[in-house]
Amino acid sequence: MTLGARFAVGRLFERLTALAAALIVVALGVVLVDVLRDGVGVVSWRFFVDEPGAGPTEGGIFPAIFGTVVLTLVMTIIVMPLGVGAALYLHEYASPTSRVAGLARAAIHHLAGVPSIVYGLFGLGFFVHTVGGAVDAVTGQTLKWGQPGLLWAACTLAVLTLPTVIVATEEALRSVPREVRLASLALGATRAQTLGKVVLPAAAPGILTAAVLAISRGAGEVAPVLLTGVASWLPDLPGSLSSQFMHLGFHAYVLATQSPDVDAARPALAGTVAALLVLTFLLNLVAIVLRVRLRRGMEAS
Amino acid sequence: MRELTQPALASRPTPPSGEAQRRAARWDLFVELAVTGAGVAGIVLLLLMIVFVVREALPLVLDPTQREQASLGKLLLPQPWRDGHPPAFLWNPTSKVPKVSVWPLVIGTLKVTFVALAMAAPAGVAAALFTSEFAPGRLRTWIKPTIELLAGIPSVVLGSFALMTLASALQATFGFDFRLNALVAGLAMSLAIVPVIYTLTDDALRAVPHTYREAALALGATRWETAFRVVLPAAAPGVLGALVLGVGRAVGETMIVLMASGNAAMVSANLAEPTRTLSATIAAEMGEVVMGSTHASLLFLLGAILFLFNLVLNVTAGAWVRARLQRREGAPS
Repeated sequence: MTLGARFAVGRLFERLTALAAALIVVALGVVLVDVLRDGVGVVSWRFFVDEPGAGPTEGGIFPAIFGTVVLTLVMTIIVMPLGVGAALYLHEYASPTSRVAGLARAAIHHLAGVPSIVYGLFGLGFFVHTVGGAVDAVTGQTLKWGQPGLLWAACTLAVLTLPTVIVATEEALRSVPREVRLASLALGATRAQTLGKVVLPAAAPGILTAAVLAISRGAGEVAPVLLTGVASWLPDLPGSLSSQFMHLGFHAYVLATQSPDVDAARPALAGTVAALLVLTFLLNLVAIVLRVRLRRGMEAS
Repeated sequence: MRELTQPALASRPTPPSGEAQRRAARWDLFVELAVTGAGVAGIVLLLLMIVFVVREALPLVLDPTQREQASLGKLLLPQPWRDGHPPAFLWNPTSKVPKVSVWPLVIGTLKVTFVALAMAAPAGVAAALFTSEFAPGRLRTWIKPTIELLAGIPSVVLGSFALMTLASALQATFGFDFRLNALVAGLAMSLAIVPVIYTLTDDALRAVPHTYREAALALGATRWETAFRVVLPAAAPGVLGALVLGVGRAVGETMIVLMASGNAAMVSANLAEPTRTLSATIAAEMGEVVMGSTHASLLFLLGAILFLFNLVLNVTAGAWVRARLQRREGAPS
């Protein structure tokens, strides 16, 4: 091949890669525009604050928004101490040659690859039937905790988002220079004091990122809650942690697949999807911005 | 390579004297134990997951009725189903004579995964080559965060898009007999996994040392030849990792296939026919199942299959990547 031909071929392939990048961005943009288009002009403020009506096309989606928010809140309360603790162990305490830490890393790596529906099965088998059943047996109740509900769905999502939190928290801990820990210890602080007063405050933005990433992941997952506590139509807000609840993602699924008249359900579907997207996108955007800042800070130090 | 220096907090300090110091030391020990406990929780949860998914499927082996209703032969071999018809692989565990062949579901899963990967792998790798090797600086700083943001689209949204719009558009264009089929589900799935493949491939390409590119260019290679024949092979372990993660996501993804695949369990190689995957079967049937029945045990068996598949995929890919990386780093420089 002549030099000219080689350059021509190269340019052609370079353009193809540019085309691929453009294609991905455009395809995902088309999805967003398409799912939101039907809702414009139909979706009103009332749609987001009203209870659902008798049919899928009537009323609002407030219980679904409420259910999603409470679910992810409870999930966050469960996953953050566990995830941050695990990251502290792996990054601050465990020696690099530790067998236990190696196993823990491998386990977390594998947990991250487990399909979300399998988490659902696990939540059903472990939290609902085993733990819930045991709580019922001990307290002498029948089928209060031993059936799918808010707490068990939140526990399941907490296990699902645990690897995300651990990985993101470890990244935050890496951004804290080793010298500040040594300085703190040299001044006579215990390890717990060093963690609490030096390391954790310095890593706080990164840990916040971890929480936001977990929330945005947890808010969008439907398959695990499908098996562990969601209800398709429940105008009453969940009154206790053992109640069933409505969920934005599941509501979108129900509207899209279970409505007798699909076209009539389109505006409600678009509105539900819009609420879900706004929730997850805002969270993702916050996480990305926090992350960029964290990385800039790391490069500067 | 991770640094092998000891973490600053790894060793326990000398025992203290005085009441305040003793209290601080007790708290210190408590924090160490709590944190270690959290670290071990990952291991415990993985083990619990194996135990509980397998335990709920175990009656298939232990319970005589269930063993009879879902024997290995019924799971794996073609079964007679109607007089005058040849034996077939069928999944219909709620019919009067339950039919429990796993093959329609396995084949359905593979079909959708194949379509998704066939679309997402070339597009994701090419786009990563563009942003890491060719794109002008400003474009590069915009494309990656944009695609990462789009990676956060919940799968139920992609499912809605596939069900309401993509399916009709494809049927109008290609004249499919069935509106919902493996192709529709696979295409929607490719939208879910392409950001994963793109991001990780981009990371792997950028991790290739600059000296590789400089050497290739200095030897007279064009930009494209440098990118495709030097940088891409050097990043192969990372790219493979990205593809493996994509396959794992596609195999386990539930909502998209539940909404867009048509959910008919059949053995067929035709991508334009409805199909049903392992994950969608669990999601669709778990709600109506009687706990303790053969059907429930079967659904947990499907979950165990999914779990094991991902575990084996991760372990083999991990071993391959480590071997490759060792070769690259061990080579004389």
